[in-house]
This record gives sequence, C-alpha cells and structure tokens, in this order.
Amino acid sequence: MEQFLQQIASGLANGAIYACVALALVMIYVSTDHINFAQGEMAMFSTYISWQLMSWGMSFWVAFALTVIISFAMGVLIERLILRPLHNAPVLSIIVVFIGLLAIFNSMAGAFWSYLIKEFPSPFPKSDFGIAGVIGPHQLGVVLITLIVLGLLFVFFRYTPLGLAMRAAAQNPQSARLVGVRVDWMLALGWGLAASVGAVAGIMVAHIVYLEPNMMGGILLYAFASALVGGISNPAGAVAGGFIVGILENMVAYAGNQLEKATGIYIIGNGEKLTVALIIVIFVLTVKPAGLFGRVVVKRV
Amino acid sequence: MATSRRSFVVGASAFAVWGANSAFAQKKYDDGATDKEIKIGHTGPYSGPASSYGQIGKTIEAFFKSVNEAGGVNGRKINFITRDDGYSPPKMVELVRQLVEQDKVLCLFNTLGTPTNTAIHRYMNQKKVPQLYVATGASKWGKPKEFPWTMGFQPDYHTEGVVYAKHILANVKDAKIGVLMQNDDYGKDYYEGFREGLGKETGKIVKHVTFEVTDPTVDSQVIQLKDSGANVFFNIATPKAAAQAIRKAADIGWKPAQYLNNVSASVGSVMKPAGLENSQGIITAQYLKDPTDKQWENTDDFKAWVAWMDKWMPGANKADANHVFGYAVSNLMLETLRKCGDTLTRENVMKQAANYQKYKLPLLLPGITINTSPTDYYPIQSVQLARFKGETWDLFGDVMSAEGS
Amino acid sequence: MAGSSRVWVLGAIVVAVLVPLLQPVFPDVVSNYRLFLISTMIIASIAVLGLNLLTGFNGQFSLGHGAFYAVGAYTAAILMDKMNVPYWATIPAAAIVCFIVGYLFGLPALKLEGHYLALATFALALAVPQILKYKWLEGLTGGVQGIVLMKPEVPFGLPLSEDQWLYYFCLVVMIVLFWAAANMLNSRSGRAMMAIRDQYMAADTMGIDTALYKTVTFGISAAYTGIAGALSASAIAFVAPDSFGIFLSIKFLIGLVVGGMGSLLGSVLGGVFYVLVDNSAQSLTQFIRNDLGLPFDLSAYTVFGVLLIAIIYLMPMGIAGGLFIAYRKLRGARA
Repeated sequence: MEQFLQQIASGLANGAIYACVALALVMIYVSTDHINFAQGEMAMFSTYISWQLMSWGMSFWVAFALTVIISFAMGVLIERLILRPLHNAPVLSIIVVFIGLLAIFNSMAGAFWSYLIKEFPSPFPKSDFGIAGVIGPHQLGVVLITLIVLGLLFVFFRYTPLGLAMRAAAQNPQSARLVGVRVDWMLALGWGLAASVGAVAGIMVAHIVYLEPNMMGGILLYAFASALVGGISNPAGAVAGGFIVGILENMVAYAGNQLEKATGIYIIGNGEKLTVALIIVIFVLTVKPAGLFGRVVVKRV
Repeated sequence: MATSRRSFVVGASAFAVWGANSAFAQKKYDDGATDKEIKIGHTGPYSGPASSYGQIGKTIEAFFKSVNEAGGVNGRKINFITRDDGYSPPKMVELVRQLVEQDKVLCLFNTLGTPTNTAIHRYMNQKKVPQLYVATGASKWGKPKEFPWTMGFQPDYHTEGVVYAKHILANVKDAKIGVLMQNDDYGKDYYEGFREGLGKETGKIVKHVTFEVTDPTVDSQVIQLKDSGANVFFNIATPKAAAQAIRKAADIGWKPAQYLNNVSASVGSVMKPAGLENSQGIITAQYLKDPTDKQWENTDDFKAWVAWMDKWMPGANKADANHVFGYAVSNLMLETLRKCGDTLTRENVMKQAANYQKYKLPLLLPGITINTSPTDYYPIQSVQLARFKGETWDLFGDVMSAEGS
Repeated sequence: MAGSSRVWVLGAIVVAVLVPLLQPVFPDVVSNYRLFLISTMIIASIAVLGLNLLTGFNGQFSLGHGAFYAVGAYTAAILMDKMNVPYWATIPAAAIVCFIVGYLFGLPALKLEGHYLALATFALALAVPQILKYKWLEGLTGGVQGIVLMKPEVPFGLPLSEDQWLYYFCLVVMIVLFWAAANMLNSRSGRAMMAIRDQYMAADTMGIDTALYKTVTFGISAAYTGIAGALSASAIAFVAPDSFGIFLSIKFLIGLVVGGMGSLLGSVLGGVFYVLVDNSAQSLTQFIRNDLGLPFDLSAYTVFGVLLIAIIYLMPMGIAGGLFIAYRKLRGARA
C-alpha cells in the first residue's frame, strides 16, 4: 500500500512537470495554431538565464521575475523576426523551423553553460511536512504554481479585452482584423506569453530533474501527450492531461511490478511504461478525438 | 679465452643492433603519416542525448593543440580531425568511412560508445586500421586474436561489476540487493559482470529495475527498489539519473549500502548535485584522480593538469571529470606515437600500443599503471575502491587488479 | 510523364549507371566511400518518398516514419542473421511486413486528424526502440546490443567492389520503386489520394472510398520506408535500437519538407539533403571556428539549426518548390 501511495504521489509530482510544460504548448497553440517543438528548449534556455542571474547574486524570486520578462521578450522577438516572414508557409515547413530553433537553443545552452548537470534551488522551504518521501514541499509547490499560472491565464483570456483580442486573432484572423485587432501583434504576444509560461515551467522543473541542456527532451513528449489528451485548445485540459499522464505512467510500472511479484514473470515494467502509456493515450484519442476536455470543431461545408 | 669470446659476442651483437638500427632508421609511413604530420581521426557525441561526453573530444583537441605548439611528436604535428556522430551507429559508420577512406587518417582514437564502436568494429579490422583506446568499458574490446586492431582503455564494466559483487558478499551480512540499471549496452555489461561476481548468490538480487536515458526522472524506480526491502543499492546510471536516484533515496528515507558505477563517480557532476550529505558512504571503484579531490592537489601530475587546463581550456569547468579522462587518454596516445618513432605504420602503432609494462600515466591513481601485451589488450585493469566521505572519495583497501585475465 | 522530363530522367539514369564503372579510371573521384555515401542518399530518398506518399500526396501527417524504417531494418537483419536469408530476398519480405504494420496502424489513424495523428505516429516512433529492447524479444532482436551483419557479397564473380555492387543494387531498387510510385500517382488511384489530401469532404462525397485509400496508402508508405530500412541494414551491416531513435523520424520529416512535399524530385533532393546536411554543417562549423575567432565554441548542431531556418526562409516550399518557381520565372522571362 505504501508503494502504491508513493507511486501516485510521484505520478502527481511528475504530472505537475508535464502539466506545466503542456500549458506552454497549449498557449502557443491557442494563440498561433502551431505546435512549437522548440518549446522545451526555449524553456530550458530561460531556466539557464535564471540560473545565471542567480549566480550573479540575485535572489530566487527577483531572478524569476526578470527571467519571465526576458523570456517574454525572447518569444516576441522570435515571432517577429523568424516566424512573421513565414506565416504563409505550409504547416510542416514551420515545424521544420521549430526544429531548427530547437537545435540552436539546445546547442547554445551547452556552449554557454557546459553539459555538467547543475543543481537548481527550490524557492519552497525545505520542511518535512510532506509525508516523508510521498510528496515533498517542492513538488506541492510546483502543483501550486501551475494552478496559479493556469488561473491567471484563464482570467486573462476570459475577462480582459486583450485576452479576448488574442483569442479572436487566433480563431478568426480575418474577422478580427475587420474589428480592428492588430492580429500580427497578437501572435507575437501569444509567443511572448508562451515563452514566459515555458520559463516558469523550466524553473519549476529544474530542481527536480537537474538543470542540463538535455533536460527537456523526454519531458516535451509527455507534455505533448498531456496537451493532446486534455484537448489541445484547452489550457485546463492540458493541466489535467499532465496529471493523468503522470499518474498513468507510474501506474503502468506499478501494475507491472505487482504482476511480476505475484506471478514471477516479467511482462511489463519500466522499459515499457512509456509505450503502454502512449498506447492508452492514443486509445483515448480514438475514442474522443478532440481530447478529454477539448471541443470538437464542427466544420460547415 | 672466455673474455675474448665474450667480447666477440658483445661486439657481434653490438654490430647486429647497429645494423638493425640503420635498417630501421629509414622512415616508414602508412596513410595519414608524413614527415610533417600525423592524421588522427575521432568522432564523438557533440549533439544528442550523450552530448555531455563531447567534452572529452574537446579536451583531446586542446591537448593535441598544446602538443603541436610544443613542437609536436618526433618533429611532426598532429592533425586531429573530429566529427559529430550524435551517438548514432549509422552516422558513425559514415563518418568513420570518411575518415579512413577520404581523409586517410593513420588511426582512430578514443571513439565513444558501445553501439557506435560495434558498428565499425568489423570494418576497422577488415581495413586494418587501428581503433585505439575506445571510450567505452564494454568487455568486448580486448580480443586481440579475433580483432587485433581494436583496443580499449578504461577498466571494463564487467570487471568493475565483479569487484562490487565480491565486496558486497564479503562485507554485507544478509545482503538484499536492489539494482537500478540503465537499459542499454553499458548498463547490461555492468549488470552481467555483477551477476557473475555474485556467482551462486545471484538470488541476493531482490529487485532489478531499468530506466531509459530519456526518462525525466527515476523516482518511480527508486520507490520500487525501496519497496522490495533491499538493503544494498547498485546504481548503474549515467550522471544525471545517478544523482536523481541518490537524492530520491535520501528523500524517501531509504538508507541502503550504496555502490555507484565509476562512470558517475564524479564529485562535481553527481555527488554535489545529489547532495553531499546524501552521498556519504557510497562506494565506487576509481582509477583516475577526481578533479575536486583535495588530496591530489599537490601531486605533480595534478598540478600539471591544472596548469594545462588554465592555459588551454580556460573557462572550462574543472569539476568535469571528462577533462581528466580526455587528458589522460591523450597522454597515452601521445606516448604510443612517440614510441613509434619514424615507423609510422598502422601495424607499428598497434605494436607499440600492445607494448606497455607498468607505464605510469598522468592522473591515474597511484599504484595503477598501463600494461599491455600482444595477448593483453586491456590497458587498465586495476581499480581501487573508494568510499565517499565528507567532500571527497576516500580510497581504501588495495589496488585490485585483474591483470593478465 | 511529360516528354521533356522523361528525357531528363532517362539521362540521369544513364549517368547513374555509367559513372561508377569509371572507378578504375578515376579511383579517387569515384571512390568506394563516395559510392557508399551515394548509396545512403538513395536509401534516404526511398525513405523520404515513403513519407511523401503519405504526407505529401495524401495529407496524413506522420512524425514517426522512423518506426517503419526500423521495422524494415530489423526484419531484414533477423532474416539474414537467424534464417540465413540472402540479402536481396529481405527487401520484398520487409516490404510485406511493413505494409501490414502500416495498414494496421492506418486503421485507428482514420479517426485521428492533424496534430493527433502526428502524436500517434510520434508515439509509434518512440515505442519501436522500446519494443526492440523488450525482454521477451531479445533472442530475436539481440536486445540493446543489436545484430551485426555482413555486407552483401558481389555475385557471379563480377569485377565490382562491394560498394559498387551495393550502389547498383540500391539504384535498381530505387528506380523500380520510383517508377511504381510515378505510375500510381498518375493513375486514378493517385488522383484519388491527392483528392483526399486537398478536399477530403468533396472526395468522400464523390464516392471515393476514403477509408480504404487512406489505410492502403499508409501501408504502401510504410512499405517504401521499410524497404529503405532493409537496404540500410545491408549497407551499414549493423542494427541496434540506438540507430532508430526519435530524431530519425524528425530527420525524415526535414528531408521531406526541404526536398519538397508532393514531388518525386523533392524526395530525391530530400534524401540527398538528409545525408549532406550533417556533413556540411560540420564542415561549415570547422571553417567558422578556425577562420573566424569566436568567444565561445560554435557547435555543428547550431549551424545545422541555422541552416534549416535559412533554407525554409529562402524556399518555404522546399528545394523542389524553389526550383519550380525559378524555372517558372525563367520561362516567364523568356516570353
């Protein structure tokens, strides 16, 4: 029983990581209709910036705030300089551009900060209240921060005129232009926001997985799966999806573990948990093609 | 009478040696070697999941630059060509063919990774090009009979696993062993050695969990290990996952006797991030000096290394053990080339590589030397156990050797 | 095929067949290494063509063609290693196996659109190396250590080197496959495929059995890429799970886009690019590093990323698209 609880807790903790990064992915999608493969590397790069600021003496939260602002600027710049000239290009061409960005961010991080893993501090007090080992204060903190960011985004999109303008620009650029929305700047804003959310995700995650240039590689895939499971256009869905994928992954390993204990035969285990989790995700998608909480878009012919 | 016979023998042999020397005084070259330069080929994972090991290639490059600045080897400059293989076997095949057939290098040096080296293993031996000092501890690189052109460098993983197993059997009562194994060739090699070392007692392994290099965390696996009731933990993981595992074990209050594989035994890359207080008592097998270990600070080879790093790799992180590894293995290559003299044929390179007796390589632990022969293609077969105490590795026991096997 | 392009193609084939025979005359230019490199380009072109059939001509996203490549390669490897099947017989075997796998995957894929299909194929590409390492299959697949193979021997005592023979073998397979693809695309089936890509609902309404076309196209696409995989098993003479990671699928995608989607020529260009881009990024990096002093270490991976963005910037429709536009401009200028 203890292991079961620990696996759930660990799944929730991992899920928080996926949820955070999935949120950034959904942000980009909602604002620009693209899936940004470079999201993970951008988040990692932002985290390194934060690390650098802290090593120059700034406190955690000051560095955090500064990094969010810098990342926002970075996101806007990328959209304006690199993506704007290509907005008529086919979707797959844009994906290749993202891959190029991925390569650049990844290798530049390695060039500037070396490939040695770095410890990343946690802003949350190191106390023992988290039932020792089941879930620690940092992981609870990650969940908290993710929910706060989600809340802020929700309020922003629903209740502010700027948020409304952004949604309009993404869903129906022509009509939005007619109403006076500066669509181009909305896209840039979307990117800036997504980059900031990514930075938050990276900073939260780095403490758990250690900061290094390749830290986001594995996570990005899980985040991708989470976003799709929850519904790619639904930020809350993405967060929920993250937790679902995190717990699911651990449950598969746990189930395999128990099976092996009971029968002595190894059928599935840690090597297969990713595969099985993905199979389940795909199965969910075939049953509910827009994700668990997504809206099915009905096209009129 | 005896004296004149003896002097005749002495004279005759002196004459013979002199004659032989003049015969060998002419230069002999294979592809890649000329009067002015020696071309050496190398590939490394400068991108992709194994990119942290790209630092080894960078260190080697800087080393040969420093050698050239000091005049080169026997008056020849070293032309070191290195390329990015991304840890992909097909890419490796393509790059190595380019190095051998297009760039026409004299030999390959310190290529990294087991699957990558396996992909070119047969090719190198067919082409009769030295595949020297491969950067992997797989046990298959020391087979001079079938693969006379391939030689390893570091103590092989298999032997290291045996060493840990034997130590556990001798020192831990009622051992219940939990193993965390990276699911690839490197992990498997350690694990098989470990099982072999346990002999009939493999039943003591109560749990064996694996993980993939791409997994974000190994928390779930560590939880499983604790749950199995293990009181010994054999940690076969590369630095990031190893650090995560050590920290998680401490977080969940699991305090087994820990054995950490040498690849991840660096203070800067693993013990510090994992938490020094969590790492106390962990045992590993070392053969190189750890760069953050103060006990070596005043030794000559270490001082030389620090000075070299400051001059040739300023800004590099000295806590990165890859720089120690790169420096040491480059020194060995340099010495091998030096011994070749003017006979820079591939055959002679292998011959000289297979001709070391108790050679003291800089940055090897005291008591560990390089030994090779035409039947022994494992340059380093000794390790010394060390226990993590305070902030460094406390060496204990004797240097353990598997020389000659 | 239009008359003029047929002449070009035949001319290219003649050149491709005759030039390697000049090896004894120009051993340094027509070297074994170069022939080997061109063989890898041919293999990559076939793989990209497979992806093109599915994505470029039929509009179904795949981010996971590396999976089919891996299945083809391992099918060939297992047949050669465990059952002593000759290398040339592994090609049709891999084709059949991959067709089945592709078709089976195409069935649930019918329900997935755009990004969701992309994820599903991405998941497939990630799952395959895991499956190859799976404990119960280790006896067959060699687990993490992979399988070491032999390169194809030159038959009938022909006076060719191994690399020349490999080159001709790959060339023949490529010509056959491209010819088959061209025929299929020019036929009613081809038009149906493309109709599904362009106007799905209209195609459906017009009575095209979209489900059948989509799944069969998946199968054929997988078969093509699987054949490429099987060829690579013989060319590299080694298969291991590490050779088939997720970046392989991404590289095929890059080859597809940069070469030109929906174009046979684009597939060839994509294959060439796929092989060359790594080498050129590395050479370019060496050049920059040695000739322009930089305060930090430039990595080939960075140059690769910059190259990608630059190419898309200059030619968003891929090189084939770019050539087409240039050709059109020239034509227009002349008139």
